[in-house]
Amino acid sequence: MLNASLQELASALADRRISSVELTRSVLDRIAAGNPRINAFVHVDADGALAAAAAADARIAAGEAGPLTGIPLAHKDVFCTEGMPTTCASKMLANFVSPYDAHVVSQLKKAGTVLVGKTNMDEFAMGSSNENSHFGAARNPWDTSRVPGGSSGGSAAAVADGLIPVATGTDTGGSVRQPASFCGVTGIKPTYGVVSRYGMIAYASSLDQGGVLARSAADCAPVLSAMAGFDPRDSTSLARPAEDFGRDLDGSIEGLKIGLPREYFGEGMDADVRAAVEAALDTYRSLGAITVDIDLPNSRLAIPAYYVIAPAEASSNLSRFDGVRYGHRAAEYADLAEMYCRSRAEGFGAEVKRRILVGTYVLSHGYYDAYYLQAQKLRRLIADDFRRAFGQCDVIAGPTAPTTAYALGAKCDDPVQMYLGDIYTVAINLAGLPALSLPAGFGQGGLPVGLQLIGNYFAEARLLNAAHRFQQATDWHLARPAGE
Amino acid sequence: MSLDIDQVKHVARLARIELGPGEAEDALAKLNGIFDLVEQMQAVDTSGVEPMSHPQELYQRLRDDVVTETDQRDAFQRVAPATEAGLYLVPRVIE
Repeated sequence: MLNASLQELASALADRRISSVELTRSVLDRIAAGNPRINAFVHVDADGALAAAAAADARIAAGEAGPLTGIPLAHKDVFCTEGMPTTCASKMLANFVSPYDAHVVSQLKKAGTVLVGKTNMDEFAMGSSNENSHFGAARNPWDTSRVPGGSSGGSAAAVADGLIPVATGTDTGGSVRQPASFCGVTGIKPTYGVVSRYGMIAYASSLDQGGVLARSAADCAPVLSAMAGFDPRDSTSLARPAEDFGRDLDGSIEGLKIGLPREYFGEGMDADVRAAVEAALDTYRSLGAITVDIDLPNSRLAIPAYYVIAPAEASSNLSRFDGVRYGHRAAEYADLAEMYCRSRAEGFGAEVKRRILVGTYVLSHGYYDAYYLQAQKLRRLIADDFRRAFGQCDVIAGPTAPTTAYALGAKCDDPVQMYLGDIYTVAINLAGLPALSLPAGFGQGGLPVGLQLIGNYFAEARLLNAAHRFQQATDWHLARPAGE
Repeated sequence: MSLDIDQVKHVARLARIELGPGEAEDALAKLNGIFDLVEQMQAVDTSGVEPMSHPQELYQRLRDDVVTETDQRDAFQRVAPATEAGLYLVPRVIE
């Protein structure tokens, strides 16, 4: 059952071959057995999950079930969940129990999913390895001496290891796609504005977007459809009609024009990643797709622009953690200023502090034009590159990350090296485009390699279609780590 | 461009983050590495380029000026470090 697709699970539930309570129990057992190895979950709510499963079974019995009713799922711990710890993997929120649900959480509850627990992540979603977690690093189930990627590392590791069929994530600069690539799962980040940010603890608000990690594109589609939708509580939520993102899954990709950015296939990509990506492109050609070379000339500016804009927005967003209304407060202080300074010094980890300092600096008097404004102008140039490219192709393909999963500790002490790993993902967030990563094969040491597909605005259904057709023709997404 | 230790301490003060012994020096080295990385932005001529603050060209939505929120003070203050009689407690700021 734990290797079944969501569609198979839904039909087993509908036919009463299994109940949601039985399914949820098996998931809880699997988590209890497997989580100590990979530290993917930071909180498991067995009682709540079994109660939600019983309610789902009642809905199924009453004939009121939807495609996700009774399906167990986990949320990245960046999403507020009422009555449940919501920590962002930070000491700052280690004891925070959210008084309300994020829009994503309430949407998926309405769809009848069973919330089993919260997954590990880089603190406040800042990181690419899941090592910046107050609860310790999550580990890659393919090789537990390696990182699962980040920041949605717990979600990716949990799905890859079969602890949960599907989990949510968030993607500010690649935080859904890169861990999906490192762990061999499928992860999609929709167009900015498709998923409400209400109750999703903010990192960089003009870049943050919720997404999904699952085994396959076919499994991502219904979950994304359920969690998307207009929400007046997020000022950047887009008022668009509800969409079934799985509507085109089976459509032909004969003649699909795939753009290959020259800048993504130059130096910097490891040979094993290149080999897997090239082989995946051959598969696409054999399925009738056409590949064309394109240019994204400002690609090299994406990392500098991102690492100005994201910290700037983070420094502003995280000013709310003042030790007054919620979160950690230092035990000893002489006055209010010292209370702020100590509470934040104790509550935030090293990488979060670094980004706040960078952001504070680039927004400070005399530096705003040289850094923040300049980065916003580069952002325009990067978005214009994509606009031109989509005049020549339907989707853009390339590697998700330049390497496979690296060893724990390899880049912890060198933030710049860590940032450079985001080379193929951050531009998509700057432009606000949808993109996904799908398993494309294995590199050295049997580690998964991800292929990134980037779509034009609102092309989620087409991306999922292209990914699904690939997954009909290959079985990389079905490979499972061996376990202990 | 590179920062000096006094600038790091100044920025930390602005950000209300206390830096412990040795932390300012470590932050200085790492921040300078990061600024070396972002410095390549400066070489690009962006005159005439409109800054892009946001992926969607949106206008701020307006809503009707009516009460939409209910009183949830108790729920929200339950997660506060210190409250009394519906108020948040902080160190005295006015003598």
